[in-house]
Amino acid sequence: MDKNLLIACVPLLPLLGFLITGLGRNMLPKNLSAVIACGTILASFIISIMLFSTVRSGGPLNVEYFTFIQLQQFDLSFEFKVDQLTSLFLLVITGIGFLIHVYSSSYMHEENSADFSKYFSYLNLFVFSMLLLVMGGNFVVMFIGWEGVGLCSYLLIGYWYKNQDYTAAAKKAFVMNRIGDLGFLLAIFWFIAKVGSVNYDTVFSAESLKALSSTDITGITLLLFVGATGKSAQLPLFTWLPDAMAGPTPVSALIHAATMVTAGIYMIARANVLFSMAPFTMSVILIIGMATMLLAASIALKQNDIKKVLAYSTVSQLGYMFIALGVGAYTAAVFHVITHAFFKALLFLGSGSVIHAMGGEQDMRNMGGLKRYMAVTHITMLIGCLAIAGMPPFAGFFSKDEILANAFGASPVFWGLGVLGAMMTAFYMFRLYAMTFHGSFRGTAHQQSHLHESPAAITIPLMVLAVLSVLGGFIGIPEVFAHGAHWLNNYLQPVFAPSAPYLTKHTISHATEYVLMAVSVGLALVAILYAWSKYKNWSKESEKANTGIAAVLENKWYVDELYQQVIIKPINSISKVFHQVIELKGIDGIVNGIGSLVHYGSRQLRWLQSGQVGAYVLLMVLGILAFFIIQLFL
Amino acid sequence: MDIKAYIVLALILFTIGVTGVLIRRNAIIIFMCIELMLNAVNLLLVAFSKMHAMSAVAKASPTFASDAQIFVFFIMVVAAAEVTVGLSIIMLLYRNTRSVDVNFLNRLKY
Repeated sequence: MDKNLLIACVPLLPLLGFLITGLGRNMLPKNLSAVIACGTILASFIISIMLFSTVRSGGPLNVEYFTFIQLQQFDLSFEFKVDQLTSLFLLVITGIGFLIHVYSSSYMHEENSADFSKYFSYLNLFVFSMLLLVMGGNFVVMFIGWEGVGLCSYLLIGYWYKNQDYTAAAKKAFVMNRIGDLGFLLAIFWFIAKVGSVNYDTVFSAESLKALSSTDITGITLLLFVGATGKSAQLPLFTWLPDAMAGPTPVSALIHAATMVTAGIYMIARANVLFSMAPFTMSVILIIGMATMLLAASIALKQNDIKKVLAYSTVSQLGYMFIALGVGAYTAAVFHVITHAFFKALLFLGSGSVIHAMGGEQDMRNMGGLKRYMAVTHITMLIGCLAIAGMPPFAGFFSKDEILANAFGASPVFWGLGVLGAMMTAFYMFRLYAMTFHGSFRGTAHQQSHLHESPAAITIPLMVLAVLSVLGGFIGIPEVFAHGAHWLNNYLQPVFAPSAPYLTKHTISHATEYVLMAVSVGLALVAILYAWSKYKNWSKESEKANTGIAAVLENKWYVDELYQQVIIKPINSISKVFHQVIELKGIDGIVNGIGSLVHYGSRQLRWLQSGQVGAYVLLMVLGILAFFIIQLFL
Repeated sequence: MDIKAYIVLALILFTIGVTGVLIRRNAIIIFMCIELMLNAVNLLLVAFSKMHAMSAVAKASPTFASDAQIFVFFIMVVAAAEVTVGLSIIMLLYRNTRSVDVNFLNRLKY
């Protein structure tokens, strides 16, 4: 088949699925819309595999479809660029997207048929937008996808729109994303103003980089990073992600863990040359990533909602990815994106399976002992927990280790903080695992009688993701284990090569790296065992009210409250002033004032209209006399 | 005769007309007063015309001297037409209300 058409098919098939399931939502039976939705993503996945092998053997593919915007000095074409980086993202998005579609077809089965189709149409639209985001050959096409995923995220968080809290969470996500998007948009304008193009190849070419001063580069990269903080839930715009858990669990798995939130990492990896040339931005990214990672991990320690733990864990893992970007280890960041997509999707889907069995219960304090009832979910969740905790040989070990090794290269302090984060990760994940699957069941008797393993459409994606979480790390075997075995590094080499001259290369000896690995794994293991001993037989009676720092953690460092006080309240009071004074008194005052002035004036003037002819004539004569006087004497 | 005498006469006539319109309530008398004002103006026009007919400008242009006098005829024709309409209105008014008092007709107010 024609290559252009083949590439276009990747995003167009989900779009087609969106149109069919969306427009036919009142007619299509549930099974049919599920089949259409899953089928289009599967087809996209197959094409993605074909594209992957093409790119692997033949290098990047650039296709230009049509001129999108034509101005006097600026032509913008609608173009796709499928290179090594994009091809990996395509596989992750369509592959995991497909598994989650299959999972959803069972998970959402209790919805009525129209809502069910609506759900799948949103999900397909999301995949379409995400594909547009990673396939776009210039920043504007990326931005279209960027906005599209934000919209779908909003729609899906507020999917159960009858619940006020959920719609509020959706609005929060949308508004916070918009703040970041503004930064991205300004960066695009900056590109157009200085380079006159937004095409990746043009912008990152040697000539255009020469045309940019160092202020330009720092400014653009900072603005791009603002966009990334919004989409990828970094400080200070991270609070929307935990609230986004209001959406259905498969949505949390797909959008708020595996794909959309990694858009910021993709964007920075895409613009790696520019970022490498801006050391100031790199240190900002490093600091923000580090702070977010530690903050979110510490909050996750004390959360009781199973999805909230995973949500903060996602924020924290995204922090790791930004640490990797901040030290210039782009491959490590992309590697962590991939492995994180595997194990976090697995954990979310597993938690969905648990929530499903518990009849919608999300509080871990009411769970416990579920391993007896849900064997597959239990084992796969355990694998996910081990993977995210960085235990060898699971996927998380390789990617996290690579990030930590790179952080050590930059400074041992960063490594130390990274390991601290990893310990917290291991602790909260095994707290979750122990509280959910071990001990005695703490829910109601009614819930207990309904406990069951989920159907195959749920367990099969879990098993596939579990296998990926076990094996996924082997695409990036570190140099110390086997020379040149880091497949991902070799594969992504062409994408990140241009930034190499701007980065200082840190090499650490093999012996040091072995020690670092052993220390981080050992400390994580200690954290796991501590969590295990503490929460293995957790019961409601043993729960104490949290005091001191624990209470602060339970309340999420009061970040939401802080934003409430510092940003929302002042804005509300300013709006109140504007409403009361400028709107009601000023603008309404002018409009109503003119009206009442005319009304009052005419009420007064109408007394002149007495109907007495003599009075009219008298006035006329007086008027003429007045004219004469003015003419003659003034 | 001196032009001043004509001006004074016209002024007196006009003032009588205005005063009549202002103070009288009988529609017919008001009407007559309006005519008085018109004719005061006519008188002035003719007087000024006669006065200027002796000036140098009038001698150069033969028709100039009679312009104002012809204009007076126009005014009289228009006044006659106006009187026709006005009197008919007053006639109808009287038939309907049995009165020609203008203050009685104050319904068109506010």
